[in-house]
Amino acid sequence: MKRFMEKAVRWLLTASGFVTSLVILLIIGFLFTEGAGLFREKVIEEGYVLALHKDNPVRKMDAAQIKAVFDEDVTNWKELGGPDLPITAFRLEDMDKYFTEEELGEQYENAPEMIAALIGEHPGMVAFVPESMIPEGAQLSFIDDNNISVKEVLAGSEWFPTATPAPLFGMWPLLAGTLWVSFFAILFALPFGISIAVYMSEVASERVRNFLKPVIELLNGIPSVVYGFFGLIVIVPMLQQVFGLPVGESGLAGSIVLAIMALPTIVTVAEDAMRNCPRALREASLALGASRWQTVAKVVIPSSMSGIASGVVLGIGRAVGETMAVLMVTGNAAVIPHSILEPLRTIPATIAAELGEAPAGGAHYQSLFLLGVILFFITFFINLCVEYISHHNKAKNS
Amino acid sequence: MNHRKILISVFVAMTAFGSAQAQRVKGSDTLLPLTQELAEEYLEEHPDSSVIVTGGGSGVGISALMENTTDIAMASRRIKFGEKMKFAEAGLEAEEVIVAYDALAVVVNPSNPVSKLTREQLEAIFRGKITNWKEVGGEDRRIVVYSRETSSGTYEFFKESVLENKNYMSSILSMPATGAIIQSVRQTKGAIGYIGLAYLNQYVKPLAVSYDGGRHYALPSVETAADGSYPIVRPLYYYYDSAKEAVVSPFISYALSPVGQQSVLAQGFIPVKMESDEGTVQGDGKDNEADNGEEAVGR
Repeated sequence: MKRFMEKAVRWLLTASGFVTSLVILLIIGFLFTEGAGLFREKVIEEGYVLALHKDNPVRKMDAAQIKAVFDEDVTNWKELGGPDLPITAFRLEDMDKYFTEEELGEQYENAPEMIAALIGEHPGMVAFVPESMIPEGAQLSFIDDNNISVKEVLAGSEWFPTATPAPLFGMWPLLAGTLWVSFFAILFALPFGISIAVYMSEVASERVRNFLKPVIELLNGIPSVVYGFFGLIVIVPMLQQVFGLPVGESGLAGSIVLAIMALPTIVTVAEDAMRNCPRALREASLALGASRWQTVAKVVIPSSMSGIASGVVLGIGRAVGETMAVLMVTGNAAVIPHSILEPLRTIPATIAAELGEAPAGGAHYQSLFLLGVILFFITFFINLCVEYISHHNKAKNS
Repeated sequence: MNHRKILISVFVAMTAFGSAQAQRVKGSDTLLPLTQELAEEYLEEHPDSSVIVTGGGSGVGISALMENTTDIAMASRRIKFGEKMKFAEAGLEAEEVIVAYDALAVVVNPSNPVSKLTREQLEAIFRGKITNWKEVGGEDRRIVVYSRETSSGTYEFFKESVLENKNYMSSILSMPATGAIIQSVRQTKGAIGYIGLAYLNQYVKPLAVSYDGGRHYALPSVETAADGSYPIVRPLYYYYDSAKEAVVSPFISYALSPVGQQSVLAQGFIPVKMESDEGTVQGDGKDNEADNGEEAVGR
């Protein structure tokens, strides 16, 4: 009976380990398959074409150029390698500017012919119309519709996921924003976190420690929305005044909030690691005549390096993946940040703000999954770094 | 009390499922609270009928109308040309009713001396072509432009109406909610943003807007929006299939009746027909919001 129980427990433990790993792998697999779908999507919105006059030689336009044309920033075909002709952009919504309801027919049965004729009359026109509204055998040319390219997505500097006719999925500003804000958050949190940890484990009396530790851990329990609120109402106006900024929502506000949020993780884990430093090491150091400070700096911290490092990583992980607080204080402007005092947009904030309305299976939806994949790689890389550091340290110590 | 009413309506809907009395309303989240309110009042007057209201977005409502999974589609935008084409293909005819209007106010920090802008100036500001207030007659201060997130219907409407379908600049600050825009405009001197009329309060200053190149300016208020002098107004629609007119007309005519339009006003929207004394009778907390808005406009 006893042996049976032991066996059952062993099976249960093995099974739970495998099931958990399997679930994690499945989630990652799901993320990857959804994200990779973006590169199979077409540049121009599904079901639509960009029709041109038949004499127009232009065939190639990338998403950024299409956007510029429809925003009337590019107004001549010369700029796109075509003839010297002004560009007229046409959308379906402009239909009633050109035609009356009667001309289109009661059920819009005349619409395709009217559109074809309209484009025929205007040599400089580019029309964004559904494929189904192009009559068969019409004398029109079309812009080549290629797949969205990896380069445009990863190196592109414009994030316009809902632009029509061609959405822009440049992820570089979001990636730069995430790294930038996390980097500064860690820069603020690290010195503070380590010094609090050293103070609590080495300097503070038992009574102070028993008071401080729960208070700091309490920080962990505050919901991130509350941090966001605090940031928006207190930190943002404060920064605005201190630095004389035109706008307070900035990367700096985000990194300060993130630093506060990462602090308890760093402190708790690092402090535990230091307190777990073997008594023998400490006493040996003191017995050799080292001062208390020398003992801390040369013995305790190096020997608990791997614990401190994992605390830092958990802190970075929290900073990189934090959504709500950042969404509220960084201003979410999708531009490549040049200084920490500018507004920026992070990957998690983008996913949280946009996933709700992105039509499932569409290019926008898949691009958000791809952002998730990028986020995954960032944290994966950080984990590898720490693994390496702690391994390296262990090898040196033994 | 409300819960019981909803439960009862669900129960009635289940028992009377398939009968001509059950009306399904689906679509825009902007219209959702208003339609729910209207449905509750309607059920009070007609206890034997049932109305089921669900949200999901304007596009969802219209496609549901096409698949005949709803009787009325709520929409915060006009039916798109492509959708109309699909209706025509399916041999249906979508009837359109405007139930209320929703106005967007362009707001700035109260310390900003600029009090009016034309559509062209607004377009240039939101597209990043004008970046300093002195270019539009204000102080020498950078313009900080706040917008809503891309998922918001307000974002789409503002883009359509003010930017004429062009894109916002990429460095625009996008805020997750209207409340966040108000908070930011309130504490940022050079800020400009847009909010629904019902959210207007004394902490932000609404701008007078002109759509005819500066000949006529109008401040946003329920009155100016209703008489058509304030331009950034969107109609909110109900769509239904003309073959089902008999089924849906009692509810729709209730919504358009003076009593129904009173709730429209109470929810912070603009009634289709303004009656002279409607704006003055206001009682509970919800109304105060709209009330404050009007006061702010008046200053």
